[in-house]
Amino acid sequence: MAKLITTRNLARPDDVYARLIEAHEGKTDEESGALNARLILTLFNHIGDEEVIAEALELAQG
Amino acid sequence: MSFQDRYTLAYRTYPYQRSADQDLDQLVRHPVVVAGGGPVGMALALDLALKGTRVLVLDDHEGIGMGSRAICFAKRPLEILDRLGCAAPMVAKGVVWNLGKVFHRDDLIYEFNLLPEGGHKFPAFINLQQPYFEKFLLDHVRALQAEGLPLEIRGKNRVDAVEQKGDHAILSVMTPDGPYRVAADWVVACDGASSPIRNMLGLGFEGEVFKNSFLIADVRMKADFPTERWFWFDPPSGAGASQLLHKQPDDIWRIDFQIGWDVDRAEELKEENVRRRVADMIGHEVEFEIVWSSIYTFQCRRMTKFREGRVIFAGDAAHQVSPFGARGANSGLQDTDNLAWKLKLVLDGTATPKLLESYDVERIHGADENILNSTRSTDFITPKSDASRVFRDAVLHLARQHDFARPLVNSGRLSVPCTYDGSPLNTVDGLADGPARTRPGSPCPDAPLEGGFLLEQLGDKTGATFQILALDADVPETFEAHGMECAVRRVSAQGNEVLRERYLGDATRAVYLIRPDQHVAARWPAWDAGAVGGALARACALEV
Repeated sequence: MAKLITTRNLARPDDVYARLIEAHEGKTDEESGALNARLILTLFNHIGDEEVIAEALELAQG
Repeated sequence: MSFQDRYTLAYRTYPYQRSADQDLDQLVRHPVVVAGGGPVGMALALDLALKGTRVLVLDDHEGIGMGSRAICFAKRPLEILDRLGCAAPMVAKGVVWNLGKVFHRDDLIYEFNLLPEGGHKFPAFINLQQPYFEKFLLDHVRALQAEGLPLEIRGKNRVDAVEQKGDHAILSVMTPDGPYRVAADWVVACDGASSPIRNMLGLGFEGEVFKNSFLIADVRMKADFPTERWFWFDPPSGAGASQLLHKQPDDIWRIDFQIGWDVDRAEELKEENVRRRVADMIGHEVEFEIVWSSIYTFQCRRMTKFREGRVIFAGDAAHQVSPFGARGANSGLQDTDNLAWKLKLVLDGTATPKLLESYDVERIHGADENILNSTRSTDFITPKSDASRVFRDAVLHLARQHDFARPLVNSGRLSVPCTYDGSPLNTVDGLADGPARTRPGSPCPDAPLEGGFLLEQLGDKTGATFQILALDADVPETFEAHGMECAVRRVSAQGNEVLRERYLGDATRAVYLIRPDQHVAARWPAWDAGAVGGALARACALEV
């Protein structure tokens, strides 16, 4: 049974998206890639549920 | 000395005529001079004149410019125009739409309905070519002028200099017969994004420049696309990096193509090149005619303050946004709605110029909200960096299958009026159980009422009168304070679920104090004359 939330779960999606883009401002591709990696690992820890992470990885494969 | 038109006219509605002011030795003083006769200048002039203020409009052209330009008029501006008496012909002529669809290449990835709730007199949007909009407004002005509306329009009168004089300003005006001068207690500059008056006063206009150009084509064709806003990211035709399709009246379709930054404008605007792009998009077998085309670039910026001495700025002159979201003309019309009653009370001596400080506070709040939204849309549509593009493309990819990603798709967050949270004119919310959407500072949402609608039944629509609206609450029949008589309306929300939900929430009764621009000033669970008087003073920036 799927545990990953794939319905709308953000109160102000535009605000968080803008934050994300701002965080990448002025960075090289390499720096952006590194930021993304750190961000994903941090969020993995926050989620703390291997099943959810596995489902998210599968979803992101497209 | 004469001067050249900067643009072609669609209607030559106010040809130059020599005015008596030009032949007098002494300076003629007007209470209000509006510089610019576009949608914002004319709406402001009409609003002030309906309130009994004598207004002079100076326009450097002799009528209404060509080109569809601002085509999307939103619900709140339509409510304002209804208050001024000319929304009906606009809605009758306009194309009503509520639905937007977003495509990525060939696939529909996201749909939105701008007005998912009923109980409003006006739709979320109408599409109407700007010349039609201006013509309906002007026709209304002309009809009222015949009945004595104190509004004068002078065509080919160009403001060349402004001199601040403390309690008035002097304008040097150029005409085909040479220069003359007029004095004004207040000047309102509605002279567009490149505002000559802003430049004359040396005032800044700071913000972000976006390095992309868009080609607009107005195309006449018989097509069976539905009346919805269709937006494509990476359209399959390849005719632009993004593409927008909108229906206008008279079988005319507006198409915007994103064509990049380094473009040869003259080359792109050649009829055969515009035709090629349009045919690539709609199909080479479809017959069509190009009615108008233009290339635009844009910036998101505003003045640091909208008032300098006796000169007040409104519309594009004060703030400029990207077109995604239809926040240009719509926010300009909200500027006029905010300013007209304040200026009227100041001119009458009922309030002091301190009240005008709130125009700055409230409309800068509005401009910032519009700039924020339109900047975000622009960043999404035309990503500035590789990282930004990677995320944008990820959103589009995910949105095809996954609901959670769809709200992140940003092809324009369409114009809604802002709530003046934190305005010095608001009184602390006294209705604890009341709905958030009608908290002090909010624009009153419409609701069905006694066979019609609430907003059209609010008191003295064209005056500068405050409205007391009582919902199932006892209030006196009349109320006067600080030299102002309020309009009083008692209604019942019993059996009117929409009115109850929008104005009472979990409360059983309520008393609202509503400003002349139909924003909530204060609200309480019951009548309290002292509190209402205090809130009225506060809403007019009176020192009591």
